[in-house]
Amino acid sequence: MASLLALIGGVLLVAGAAFLLLGGLGLVRMPDVFNRIQAGTKATTLGTLLSLAGIACLQPAWALKLLLIGLFILFTNPLSSHVLARAAHRSNAAKSPLTAVDRLAEDRRGEQA
Amino acid sequence: MVELLIYLAATLTGLAFLLALFRFLKGPSTADRVIAFDVLTIIGITAIALLALLEGRGIYLDVALVYALLSFLGVIVIARYLERGL
Repeated sequence: MASLLALIGGVLLVAGAAFLLLGGLGLVRMPDVFNRIQAGTKATTLGTLLSLAGIACLQPAWALKLLLIGLFILFTNPLSSHVLARAAHRSNAAKSPLTAVDRLAEDRRGEQA
Repeated sequence: MVELLIYLAATLTGLAFLLALFRFLKGPSTADRVIAFDVLTIIGITAIALLALLEGRGIYLDVALVYALLSFLGVIVIARYLERGL
């Protein structure tokens, strides 16, 4: 039973690390700031939460503290990515030619006209 | 078996750190660097938790918690600065 829990923990740990790797890969491969925010933040949030869950399975005594760290990441990560995206849009970050639709900029122009 | 999985996870986390570090160093804009910094701190939190697991010392988790708190504030401050100056 204990070894089964440890096995589950190890698999969760590897899955979380794989998501972290995909997030890093997206950060390198994506063409502009907004795509990088999307790839970087979402993938790494899931990766970190899975890794923390895996560690909690391997060391059940630490579960409470790990839960605290996980909750904190769950609260702060979307917030920081949103603030970053807003700052990037307001400071007119360069968009890739592939980014076709920008509803916020259309709205702004509509208000001025 | 489980030991092997833990080392595999540590290796993948290290690779993710290197990829994010590449974006952090290359840029091209400040916003890109801030995003890379944000991702680096998240990966760093996982790395600290993994280190606690490998060393078997629960006290390291406190370091991860404080690091999560402070790095989040840092990212918010830099984003506000990008938006309209401090």
